[in-house]
Amino acid sequence: MMQPSTTDPAKITAMHTILNSAGETTDGYDPGLPDEELLHYYRSMKLVRAFDDICLKLQRSGRIGFSIPNLGIEACQIGAASALRKDDWFFPSYRDFGMALYHGVKAVDMMHNMFGNAHDSAKGRQMPVHFSFTDPIKFASISSPLGTQLPQAVGAAHAAKLRGEDTVALASFGDGGTSTLGFHSALTFAGVWKSPVVFLCQNNGYAISLPAHEQTASDGYAIKGMAYGVRAVTVDGNDVFAMREATLEAAAYARAGDGPTLIEAVTFRMGGHSTSDDPSTYVPKEVVDEWAQKDPIDRFEKFLAARGLWDAAKGEATTAECLAEIDAAAKEAAATAPPKLETIFSDVYEEIPAHIRKQGEASFELQKRLGEAAAGDGAFPL
Amino acid sequence: MAIQTLIGAVNDGLRTAMRADESVLMFGEDVGLKGGVFLATGGLQEEFGKERCFDTPLSEDGIIGAAIGMAMNGMKPIAEIQFQDFIFPAFDQIVSEAAKLRYRSGGQYTAPMVIRTPYGGGIRGGLYHSQSGEAYFCHTPGMKVVIPSTPYDAKGLLLASIADPDPVLFMEPKALYRSVKGEVPEDYYTVDLSTTRTVLEGEDVTVFCYGAMVPVVEKAAAQAAEKGISVHVVDLRTLLPLDEDGVIEAAKKTGRVVTVTEAPRFCGYAGEISAIVAENAIEYMEAPVLRVTGFDTPFPNTLEHHYLPDARRVIDAIEKVYSF
Repeated sequence: MMQPSTTDPAKITAMHTILNSAGETTDGYDPGLPDEELLHYYRSMKLVRAFDDICLKLQRSGRIGFSIPNLGIEACQIGAASALRKDDWFFPSYRDFGMALYHGVKAVDMMHNMFGNAHDSAKGRQMPVHFSFTDPIKFASISSPLGTQLPQAVGAAHAAKLRGEDTVALASFGDGGTSTLGFHSALTFAGVWKSPVVFLCQNNGYAISLPAHEQTASDGYAIKGMAYGVRAVTVDGNDVFAMREATLEAAAYARAGDGPTLIEAVTFRMGGHSTSDDPSTYVPKEVVDEWAQKDPIDRFEKFLAARGLWDAAKGEATTAECLAEIDAAAKEAAATAPPKLETIFSDVYEEIPAHIRKQGEASFELQKRLGEAAAGDGAFPL
Repeated sequence: MAIQTLIGAVNDGLRTAMRADESVLMFGEDVGLKGGVFLATGGLQEEFGKERCFDTPLSEDGIIGAAIGMAMNGMKPIAEIQFQDFIFPAFDQIVSEAAKLRYRSGGQYTAPMVIRTPYGGGIRGGLYHSQSGEAYFCHTPGMKVVIPSTPYDAKGLLLASIADPDPVLFMEPKALYRSVKGEVPEDYYTVDLSTTRTVLEGEDVTVFCYGAMVPVVEKAAAQAAEKGISVHVVDLRTLLPLDEDGVIEAAKKTGRVVTVTEAPRFCGYAGEISAIVAENAIEYMEAPVLRVTGFDTPFPNTLEHHYLPDARRVIDAIEKVYSF
């Protein structure tokens, strides 16, 4: 169905859509999935949207400092994640956590990270949205600098290949990520090594405020794969089925030992870069209006409706359920204590070295003597 | 026990580690068939195959980034950066990724790996083949920084670094690669990280040094002895995490301290030693705590012998603190 290519620019840049904005599938496509799995896709996308909505409120009310909205790109995350196995590796960016939700990471565990509390898997050491999970999927610790996870994904994939395993690594990033050193290094290495990696470039139109045409002069991002000898394909990122099929195909190719694929998912970031960013200052309104017509969840609802799995009432019920789940998660996370002071000093190394131990002891002593340090207001400018 | 050069001991250490553990991989630029530009990895591809000792494309960022991923996924990567001067494209991967992975993931992910790289001057390599950048990495929580100065330590510290659960930058003093020789056991052994080595017992002045400065200081100490000054020489060996207690004890022993590095002075490692001594043993000091270092200039080519601390400069500092 997809026709990724290493050599044919026309094939690489042709956009593949399976589920169009009217909710119709191409050539009678049938995903071959049971109803409950289709509804899991739906619920996962709605859960991402609910997570965003609640986080925006939490941020606006000063309960958390920061969040990353995903409005408009939910199908990229869910479609790609659905094509991978639980034993595969995820090397995500900060706008990919729908993948974790799809695979069963609990909303409350994500909320613990948003609050940076004692139950946060990163022990409150990273700002919100910088998740790190090992169960039920290997969702590698997220960095703020762009592109760094790409060569790491190549390394993890190469290790699996050396051991004769058939797991793949998904490296996910945005259009801005393609300008980084990591992108160049990773595609160079993966091309030469034929690493079992799926490179997923979510071209969501803007890197904070920089539009795609100022990010690159090339004809899209998939075409960049050609020069690295990496097979590439362009996919409608608002189409959960096209995302699933492209990723399934790329993963199968990788598992067979044939090497990496670069998928460019063409989508649009309908919200800001973060909760601290106002995109109306740099994104023309007509562009937003145009993309609103291509909403990934709207078109999936039309598809489900045609199968008798969706109507307005069911949609509202799902929204309410998702909001309730996220709201409960937020309340639990908000009520959880901050991490203990000791966590500043642990996990720098496997064993705490003497100089760090001394600094820790000195800070505990100081706290006893002079009281706790005062926390700032936590307002994040970006 | 065989007599080996320092680079021979590095090669021996790599071979020993790769024989002991199948997950140990050695890779970098030209390390495979060629065996590395200094031949530190000579013969490894022949013995262990292309899957375990291999060349990479010419990208330090890619080498270290891939090493991190391999380490996360159960391998024990040893990445060679051909010259330490070339490491900076990988600075982000080392400093913000490998060094912080355990911390930022709450201990869920780790990057046990070794980055081997030749550093330092004395080979007429100019400013892109001579730098001593240890201070950049010693300023990075989560990293370990190790520099051997003898063949015995080169093998033992390398094997300890490979066995270590955290990322280690293993800096090899290229000026000593073939100029020092010593006995090296044939079997597997380790030298504990974060321990100092007393090179020479002395009573009057303590000199801290590491890497290629150790033989320079030994020479200066011998000359000082002829003048009746007994010099206590300590090889720091692991710069991070440092054996601070060992440093403080050695400083207190004589009350007169000089630190010698070939790296530039400002914000350099010698300054850290001075600060540790000042904070912990100032009441024992009989003289100002001095530094003998490279200059705060880029590394020169033709005049490198003026830039690098030599016995002349070291003994000058020793006499200053001795006669203060």
